[in-house]
Amino acid sequence: MRLLPAALLLFLPVVAHAAEGGMPQLDFANPLTTSQVVWGAIIFFVLYLLASRFALPKVGEVLEERASRIAQDLETAQAAKAKSDAAVMEMTEATAKARADAQATINAELEKAKATAAQQAASLNEKLERQLAESEAQIVAARTAAMGALRQVATDTAQTVVTRLTGAAPDQARLNAAIGGALASRGLG
Amino acid sequence: MAAEGSSSIDALSQFKLSTALGPIGASVNFTQSNMMMVIAGLLTLALLWVGMRPRAMVPGRLQAAAELAYEFILSMCTETIGPEGRRFFPFVFSLFFFILFGNLMGVFPYAFTFTSHIAVTLALSLLVFILVTVVALKEHGVHFFSYFVPAGVPKVLIPLMVLIEVISYLSRIISLSVRLFANMMAGHVMLEVFGAFIVMLGAAGAIGWIPAALSLSVNTALIGFELLVATLQAYVFAVLTCIYLHDAVHLH
Repeated sequence: MRLLPAALLLFLPVVAHAAEGGMPQLDFANPLTTSQVVWGAIIFFVLYLLASRFALPKVGEVLEERASRIAQDLETAQAAKAKSDAAVMEMTEATAKARADAQATINAELEKAKATAAQQAASLNEKLERQLAESEAQIVAARTAAMGALRQVATDTAQTVVTRLTGAAPDQARLNAAIGGALASRGLG
Repeated sequence: MAAEGSSSIDALSQFKLSTALGPIGASVNFTQSNMMMVIAGLLTLALLWVGMRPRAMVPGRLQAAAELAYEFILSMCTETIGPEGRRFFPFVFSLFFFILFGNLMGVFPYAFTFTSHIAVTLALSLLVFILVTVVALKEHGVHFFSYFVPAGVPKVLIPLMVLIEVISYLSRIISLSVRLFANMMAGHVMLEVFGAFIVMLGAAGAIGWIPAALSLSVNTALIGFELLVATLQAYVFAVLTCIYLHDAVHLH
């Protein structure tokens, strides 16, 4: 760019003498040199008027329209995003709530089942306890009955033995006392 | 930049002005340069008008190009000048595309490049200069003249500094116009010279064919280079306009 004027200077002496009268651009005696400027001013002024009044505002309008459209679309997208975010949040909340509800139900049922089981176990225990007590009582009764029979058997046996050995019936009172003592000494009286 | 097969290289006649549009154009001194200006303006408006006709939410190719152009210049304005840059956006847009299409069309054969005329570029830079000064005066009133007094300069040096600042402020007109003019003219002179080389060497017989082919490849490269310069110079002109407007609005 800077080289060109320098190159021009190199060429000027060569071409200047070829073109008589020098550069046409500096020929201000020619009325066309100044008239082109006057016409140029008019043409540029008209260009400026048409561009600034009609052509450029048209471009500006379209660009503005597009910018506002883009802004509007962005806004719509933003709103949609906020809406979807809210929906997702709502869904998450509902899921959490449902899960908590289910857990609570499960826990309640579990508690109920546990309580029932405990109750059943308690009643069973009670029943068993009662049966045990009954059985024990029966055992004790049987034992007592057996014990009563033992004294009878011991008395009869002792009477028979004494009668066989001595040939005389033993004194009833002494026999009873002796058997009572013997039984007591064995812990069976 | 048509290359006529003349014996001597006539690189400057391509810049010669003539009237366009027949006798009507001749009677009002309407030149072929103005014709190209009209086409440049029509192309600028067509890009916006035809491009934005579908008003599609998802733009097609031409609409995307129009929107890209709009946003490119708008961001250039707002980033360089600040939020106030929106006010100058239509002006910078018209300026950039007027110059860009003027430069680009000039690369086509037989087309005239109006940006290769110092009178045109000077008028454009004067327009920018006057706009910048008017904006600065409107924005800051008399305070605007403090722009020429740099802060923190010893009192003795102030007259000298003010002189330098005023000269540098005024030289914007020259630098802005000459940069565009010189770049465009240089490129077109080079194209013409190498184009003439091709014709002259090609006509010289078999010995000249290789250098003629070399000249042709140079010209091919130059056309690519010209496209770059055309775009770059339009951009530079617009960016410098924005920077000057920034100074006018903010006083540094």
